[in-house]
Amino acid sequence: MLLSLMIFIPLLGMITVLLLPRESEELIKRVTLIFTLIPLALAVYLFITYNRSTAGTQYVVNVPWIEAFNIQYHIGIDGLSVTLLLLTALLGPICVIASWRNIEKGIKAYMALFLLLETGMLGFFAALDLFLFYVFFELTLLPMYFLIGIWGGPRREYAAIKFFLYTLFGSVLMLVAMIAVYLNSNADGFSRTFDIPTLIALASTEGHALADPKFQMWVFLGFFIGFAVKVPIFPFHTWLPDAHVEAPTAISVILAGVLLKMGTYGLVRVNMAMFPLGLDHFTNGIGFWGNSLALLGFINIVYGSFCALAQTDFKKLVAYSSIGHMGFVILGLAARNDTGITGAILQMFNHGVISAMLFLLVGVLYDRAHHREINGFGGLGTRMPVYTGITTLAFMASLGLPGLSGFVGEALSLLGAYSEFKWLTILSTIGIVVGAAYFLWTLQRVFLGNLNPKYEELPEINGREILTLVPLAILTILLGVWPNLAIDMFRESVTNLVNVLKVI
Amino acid sequence: MQPLSNIESLLHFSPEILLVIFAAAVIILDLVVKNRESVAVAHLALVGCICTFAAVLFIHFSFRNPVSLFEGMIRLDEFSTFFKILLLLATTATILFSLRSEELDAKLKGEYYALLLAITLGMFLMASSTNLLMIFIALETVSLTSYILAGFLTHSPRSSEAAFKYITYGAVASGTMLFGLSLLFGMAGTGDLTQISGRLTELLASGEVSSLTVLIAITFVLAGVGYKIASVPFHMWSPDVYEGAPIPITAFLSVASKSAGFALFIRFFYTGFGSTGLMESVDWPLMLAIVSALTMTVGNLAALPQQNVKRLLAYSSIAHGGYLLMGGVLLTSEGVGAILFYLVVYLFMNLGAFYVVVLVANEMGSETIDGYRGLGSRAPFVAIAMVVFLASLTGLPPLAGFFGKWLLFTAVLEQGYYWLALVGLLNSVVSLYYYARIFKVMYFEDAEEDTDRVSFSTGTFALLSTFVIPTIFIGFLNIFYTFSNISVSVIPMQ
Repeated sequence: MLLSLMIFIPLLGMITVLLLPRESEELIKRVTLIFTLIPLALAVYLFITYNRSTAGTQYVVNVPWIEAFNIQYHIGIDGLSVTLLLLTALLGPICVIASWRNIEKGIKAYMALFLLLETGMLGFFAALDLFLFYVFFELTLLPMYFLIGIWGGPRREYAAIKFFLYTLFGSVLMLVAMIAVYLNSNADGFSRTFDIPTLIALASTEGHALADPKFQMWVFLGFFIGFAVKVPIFPFHTWLPDAHVEAPTAISVILAGVLLKMGTYGLVRVNMAMFPLGLDHFTNGIGFWGNSLALLGFINIVYGSFCALAQTDFKKLVAYSSIGHMGFVILGLAARNDTGITGAILQMFNHGVISAMLFLLVGVLYDRAHHREINGFGGLGTRMPVYTGITTLAFMASLGLPGLSGFVGEALSLLGAYSEFKWLTILSTIGIVVGAAYFLWTLQRVFLGNLNPKYEELPEINGREILTLVPLAILTILLGVWPNLAIDMFRESVTNLVNVLKVI
Repeated sequence: MQPLSNIESLLHFSPEILLVIFAAAVIILDLVVKNRESVAVAHLALVGCICTFAAVLFIHFSFRNPVSLFEGMIRLDEFSTFFKILLLLATTATILFSLRSEELDAKLKGEYYALLLAITLGMFLMASSTNLLMIFIALETVSLTSYILAGFLTHSPRSSEAAFKYITYGAVASGTMLFGLSLLFGMAGTGDLTQISGRLTELLASGEVSSLTVLIAITFVLAGVGYKIASVPFHMWSPDVYEGAPIPITAFLSVASKSAGFALFIRFFYTGFGSTGLMESVDWPLMLAIVSALTMTVGNLAALPQQNVKRLLAYSSIAHGGYLLMGGVLLTSEGVGAILFYLVVYLFMNLGAFYVVVLVANEMGSETIDGYRGLGSRAPFVAIAMVVFLASLTGLPPLAGFFGKWLLFTAVLEQGYYWLALVGLLNSVVSLYYYARIFKVMYFEDAEEDTDRVSFSTGTFALLSTFVIPTIFIGFLNIFYTFSNISVSVIPMQ
């Protein structure tokens, strides 16, 4: 019940916002803020009361929805989903605050779409029925398309439709795989089902149609492409830089912070848990296909980092760095061991926090200077010391400085992967070096040196902006020194998953 | 079960009789009413629809068992009841659209509404005929009436062009179909669909007729049916006709004509050619699968560059014909059930989209995409409704269109037609691009000249809502799945 409330409160908020007169902008913003703070409060409550000692799903609601096809409204949380729900719920109010001043037109529509988007994201992380999962997955598309397309930068139309087409292309392949799973899901005397826990059980039952390695390989691929577009994994990544550059700040935050995690979450929840044999085909270390997933992780890391190094647009740099950092998640997952998966999940959460910070910081600068050209700044450190301080913290966290959260996830992912894919892991560390290079170089070009005379009057970061950054900065430091706070949440779930994978 | 005699059949035939009576009454009323601006004629036609609707329900609940009427010419079962209800909804919506459309010439209204009732009658017969001759008569009733309706804008050359093209293509298609029917009749020696299957199987087995002849006959018949549902290669007429005809008629043709076409298609092929023995020698499902794949691909690709929204929706409806055909190649009740469900969904989303076209044409005087510029801020509710309809046509969850597609694709995959499902799904992605172009002009671009808000009447909002709400919620409700499954159960399969 609590969980359903959390998912649908933003939807209720959307209806409320739509009923408000569009002239009362302050009221609309406040109402939206309230409707995003309630899920946050609920998420914190779930986070605290979640029973960490078991891998089973909690707060389960399971009622029939479309009985003709045995589709259920089945939701629940395990350690992985509760972590990402917290991240989503946290970024909600932060994005509303970040949009407080810099959305000039149609604030009502903006907030309504944002709330719809939030329902989609929260529902996705809680869904335990494959059909429901897909519905929530797709529910995020239309709001996102309009949020980029209406409130984005100069090339917003192109970016919006590109995002939409890429994701839909991935989704339809996922849909084929999903239907194939459904059609093969009838065990003796049972009707077909979309229920994820049941499907996981069937997929590891010897002799069942779902447990056929060949079948698993194909449906794995179908789902994989769907999620790979979202992560994004090379070569499906080209929508990301466009979408990020054109999207308004808050939407970039959601995009990097949550939407990319939907891809990796899907990989864990469906691809790994449901199709261990399919996963085995791509991660067993034998031949080209056996190394392919790790190889994709490696390409993401190195390619993303080098691309970031070449950027002169601040936001594009952060976007490419995202591609690089998501590579660590893929590499960690490909390792299939405790350390790797733990690292990957931790990296999902940490990247959500850190990249959200980075995009917020880029937004702060853009609101003042109205451009993002890295070489166009210089010496801002003297003019905006507080801003410089927070940016440095975010950069250090992102490049993986020990003591901050980014380090732990990446280190664990690499550690896990090293035992399985020795050479790819060693080569992947190039990404970390390049990552340090582009962040430090950017730091130097933007904040150090002589102050660009154009920006002598640039105002310091204001209280509202600091308010959006402080919770994230605290989390970055907290999880850097006390990663177990997060790891404890999903330790049992990971152990459970690894046990499933080991059986193969 | 013995077919009812002509006299006994009359009571069961009362919905059709009511339609005839009201069509005549409409014409007479039109002669009596002096005021040219009066809407009395349209209202009488609406009353006619409602009475017919009541009669359909009455007959359905009073005589449950399927019966054959008029010595086996017509069959009354859940399947035909389903289509009658669907068609009446479409007719009612079309009358309401016509009342609100400013295109139509007031002087000709009597004939217009009488013809609408007449075409509905023809479609009723299309959905229930079980005899080759009756099928042809029903099809011709619909065709001849729709030629006139398409050319109803007497002052518009485009409308006349549409009617002329429609006739030319239609005559060829009808002729071809008639030839096919005569071949079938000649081979089987009977016009009764329920007997043809058995006869042909025997004849094929004994080698008295070659499978090639049967295949040719089926192909020829398919020309007539394919023309009605606008499947490749018989689709050429539809963009021109849809663009030239009055918008309410375009809406009607795209939904009702297609639905009736599918009713005929399903009854003809499933009852007449569904036996396994027949298909061993004549693999018509494969032929249809190819037609289906071509239809959706051609429709979607041709829609991409369109600048006229009516024309764009015309191509989109060709593509939807292709999706629907997928369900027809399977010879499973799941496939037919999916078609029926999709037709219900399609009725709401497509009529809704066309209603928006009517409204925009009234207010902005434009049918081109540019006329939709800035609609998002000028008429927010209409624009949101359009987004809902188009997103549903694309097949985005949680809208009804998604559930419809999902049923179709599930049925297709269940029969192992993976390539067909993949073609269909990739086509959905392509279709997103042209629907999104309308989103784009509505929301991402500002109106050039007048940027004032457009206000619509409460009636308009109410009518629009009756399309929006089902488009959002139909998929969630169990009853529609059950409804379409019951209607399928009466079609004899293999």
